[in-house]
Amino acid sequence: MADPAARTPARPAALHAAPKGPPPWNNPRVRAVVFQIVALGLVVWFGWTIFNNTLTNMESRGITTGFGFLDNTAGFGILFSLIPYDESNTYGRTFVVGLLNTLLVAFLGILFATLIGFLLGVARLSSNWLIAKMALVYIEITRNIPPLLQIFFWYYAVLRTLPGPRQSLDLLGAVHLNNRGLYIPWPHPETGFWAVGVALAVAVTGAALLLRWARRRQDQTGRRFPAGWASFGLVLGLPLAVFWLTGGPVAWDLPALDGFNFKGGARLIPEFIALWAALTIYTASFIAEIVRSGIEAVSHGQTEAAQALGLKRGPALRLIIIPQALRVIIPPLTSQYLNLTKNSSLATAIGYPDLVGVFMGTTLNQTGQAVEIVAMTMAVYLTISLSIAFLMNLYNRAVTLRER
Amino acid sequence: MIKTKAALAAGLAAAVLTAPALAAETLDAVKSRGELVCGVSTGLPGFSSPDDAGNWTGIDVDVCRAVAAAVLGDADAVKFVPLTAKERFTALQSGEIDVLSRNTTWTHTRDTSLGLNFAGVNYYDGQGFLVKKDLGVASATELDGASVCIQAGTTTELNLADYFRFKGMDYSPVVFDTSDQTVQGFASGRCDVLTSDQSQLYGLRTKLDNPDSAVVLPEVISKEPLGPVVRQGDDEWFNIVKWTLFAQVNAEELGVTSENVEDMKTSDNPAVKRLVGTDGDMGEKLGLSADWAAMVVAQVGNYGEMFERNVGETTPLNISRGLNALWSDGGIQYAPPIR
Repeated sequence: MADPAARTPARPAALHAAPKGPPPWNNPRVRAVVFQIVALGLVVWFGWTIFNNTLTNMESRGITTGFGFLDNTAGFGILFSLIPYDESNTYGRTFVVGLLNTLLVAFLGILFATLIGFLLGVARLSSNWLIAKMALVYIEITRNIPPLLQIFFWYYAVLRTLPGPRQSLDLLGAVHLNNRGLYIPWPHPETGFWAVGVALAVAVTGAALLLRWARRRQDQTGRRFPAGWASFGLVLGLPLAVFWLTGGPVAWDLPALDGFNFKGGARLIPEFIALWAALTIYTASFIAEIVRSGIEAVSHGQTEAAQALGLKRGPALRLIIIPQALRVIIPPLTSQYLNLTKNSSLATAIGYPDLVGVFMGTTLNQTGQAVEIVAMTMAVYLTISLSIAFLMNLYNRAVTLRER
Repeated sequence: MIKTKAALAAGLAAAVLTAPALAAETLDAVKSRGELVCGVSTGLPGFSSPDDAGNWTGIDVDVCRAVAAAVLGDADAVKFVPLTAKERFTALQSGEIDVLSRNTTWTHTRDTSLGLNFAGVNYYDGQGFLVKKDLGVASATELDGASVCIQAGTTTELNLADYFRFKGMDYSPVVFDTSDQTVQGFASGRCDVLTSDQSQLYGLRTKLDNPDSAVVLPEVISKEPLGPVVRQGDDEWFNIVKWTLFAQVNAEELGVTSENVEDMKTSDNPAVKRLVGTDGDMGEKLGLSADWAAMVVAQVGNYGEMFERNVGETTPLNISRGLNALWSDGGIQYAPPIR
């Protein structure tokens, strides 16, 4: 709705400092406010009518309404859950299970799509002909095939053709891959493991201090210290050393064939792998193009200036080009993150138990309360998307060009 | 100003458009359309599936055809709408279809909370398990730890959870949208077990490359009375669907078939006369023509014919009458009398 006040010059009343203003019905400011109130009232009334009408109609047709169903026992099983769940839990819990499964695939998808996308975007601009062309081929193929087909490809063409559990492929007898999923050993900490945790905390603190010291030294003396590699080694090395010194206080839970399936260890179900792979690979190609456009948007003079200062290609990219490119990259990158999250609802096509599959699928069907469930699901996607947009906007503000 | 006026007009128009809809008179709607819109499955051999020429066949399809014959006098005046298990109730509630005939189990929750009415039972079923022969499993009690393929949004999902929990066994459910996907999952080895209503298992087994490589286990773990469903609040239409099915069962009981129905119009048996419409005003009471039931039997056949043609022992499904035999033959198909 346009704001009438913005168009109407609001000054005349103030300029003519006459004791008597125009009558209220001719006063543009009063009229602007009145019309806005009327418009707002109509919008609210319109929304309420739809809501009320839906309720009345459902009641007259004998369809149960309300959110009471969330406390009822669900009574159906779910293939994969991050929190303990069984048939005796409530429909409310199926909502949480589905939500967490959606967040899991969205989070891991965004993480890996960003990593692969940045690598590809840089590779696309590489002066090495082969690398640049390979990146180009990857991008043009994956970007132009619909994500649903890519999910089907991974699920039906790749993972379905794997052998069954009794003939599964294995690596060193510890990692097993078959058409039921990927089984890996999973560590269970034993007594004494706390020392490793302490070592990790010390290493992280030490690394943070090291980075600060290195930055201050560079600011003061101009000399650089490879703080990135040093802190990486610290964070990785110290806990490992402590782990080794304390005699490895971890029990490995190895997967083993028992009856129909493997038991023990951790398991990635094929539905998750297919969805994750497809979303990551599809979105990575868009991110690669965004990164490329961001880098190309930085004037070539910047590269030349960096070379003139004696910076090598790597540091020039890292210190000069990418920080400036980020200003161009971040806004469209946010859209890609939102797209990936929303595309994760394609999970339902291959039976990955995400929010749409579990809650808007089975739960909706068992309870029949379509209006409530669809509204809740839409609210969830809206909330996730707005949160991502909010966080990315914060980051965007941090990297925008500050004019001094 | 103009904008405000437009908003006001839009608001009023919306208010008129969204005025509470009254329960539509389904019979009048079907008659004026000249066509019955019927919700069926996306493809389940014997129940509702399209053949090579695109014609729908099956026992659920025949229920739709029978209703069309009773109401419009033409068993072919049906438009079939394929629906997944998840879509079916919403499609009926919203008025997209006139009747749902899609191997749907009659349960308390569905009957009481969805605003729907079950109009009878055209097939008494029970849930079973299909497993590959080479697993060497002879009973459902040996299925601890199995992966099970199921169709989303079915009573099957709930029965399965109940059964495994009650037996203290573990399982992992692999849930798909359509029964075709569950068969694919089973065939490719994603799951050890395919579970569904037993009749469907026989039908789905025919879709495997080698149907003899799988067997249906003897256990039946639930009651699954399947039947047509209509919207609540239109009792006239509810009666028509209900009595069309009853007329078919009564016809079998009275020995009226699609072949002899014309001769039966001269019968002296008062029950037959009421059925074929040569006596009484049974059709009028339903708002239909006098020979409504005769048209149903002539064009679709009686219940027994419908059963044998679609799922009986001469078909690939090879299902015996069992529970679905007439009450007088040891089954439980029983219809109230037409009088």
